[in-house]
Amino acid sequence: MNAALHLAATLVLCVAAAGPLARARWVWRAPRIGILLWQMLGLSWALSAVGLLLALGLAPYDAPIPVALGRWAHDAVRGDVTPASVLVVLGLLSASDLLIGLLWTWCSVLRVRRRHRDVLALVARRDDAAPGAFVLDHPHPVAYCVPGTRSAVVLSSGALTALTRDQVDAVLGHEHAHGRERHDLVLLPFSALCEVLPKVRLVRAVAGAVALLVEMRADESASLRHGAQPLAAALRRFGSTPAPEGALGAADVAVAARLARLAGLPPLPALARWSVLVGGLLLVCTPVSFLVR
Amino acid sequence: MDVLWDRGEPVAVRDVVRALADRDLAYTTVMTVLNRLTKKGFVRREAGEGRAWYYAPVASREQYVARLMLDALSLTGDRETALAHFAQSMTPPEAEALSQALDER
Repeated sequence: MNAALHLAATLVLCVAAAGPLARARWVWRAPRIGILLWQMLGLSWALSAVGLLLALGLAPYDAPIPVALGRWAHDAVRGDVTPASVLVVLGLLSASDLLIGLLWTWCSVLRVRRRHRDVLALVARRDDAAPGAFVLDHPHPVAYCVPGTRSAVVLSSGALTALTRDQVDAVLGHEHAHGRERHDLVLLPFSALCEVLPKVRLVRAVAGAVALLVEMRADESASLRHGAQPLAAALRRFGSTPAPEGALGAADVAVAARLARLAGLPPLPALARWSVLVGGLLLVCTPVSFLVR
Repeated sequence: MDVLWDRGEPVAVRDVVRALADRDLAYTTVMTVLNRLTKKGFVRREAGEGRAWYYAPVASREQYVARLMLDALSLTGDRETALAHFAQSMTPPEAEALSQALDER
């Protein structure tokens, strides 16, 4: 019962922390730490949710979870099933649901990207104004990254005309950071979670918060190399299209937040960074210690 | 692909080779590329006069660009993590126009 109590407490802590953390502004001051914290929080949540079901279902065995699971499987094969087995099966099912959701999202992402790359190879051109990038002839300004083992950065000709040389460099720096640091892999588990639990508002809020942090991390990387000014100017150019019908989309809020960050949010002090990291690690260790023994 | 788009009518392999004469490509190379493009669904192959196959693009260059733009702006309903864009910058009417450009064939 000891394990179940600890796992339940971790689960409650993760869920309770998610809401405030999704709204928190202090993580903007250290996007990388924020991303790590979210990853640790997400991992703890998944492990303790699955672990709690297993711990409750395996309570009659009065043994550590891995040992008890082995005995349970042994008994189940012989047809000796207790009512608590429902919880064990539920735990195993939710674990496989999460894993399958992750794999499924990953496969469809890869499919979309492959098709995108194929078309890109046909219609994009190289341009000296945007070194290392593919240029698409379209008047609307866009800049994006097709992540992968060899990430491709794409700019539209509309973006090239709208931006100065400095701004183009800053935008390319931003997109290259996405590709280099494989931000798509950071986002993957969170979008997979949205697929598995589509109706949960908290999950959406969390995925949005992580996506914003990823953008801020790319901003941080680009502004270190090219300065905050050109990046902020480019962002204003891209984000300045008036929102129609009074609808201020999430994108506009995100752009405003990124501009505020670039305008000069002081970085988080080292002590705060370390305490956040240690706290997150302790959180992950709780479910892990019960599941691996 | 540019050759096919410029012609505007089904082209035989030897015509493509002739159009790309400055690149000095072998007939079989061009044929392989065209067959690969066919397999990927970018090019349509049809029987012409004699034994030769004739190739034609399935969609125009503009349609492909429009499709990429919709992908890039996450407007196609595909996975949002497939691409990472700098900033969302298209209004719904613009997106509508882009979708329509893609549908008109």
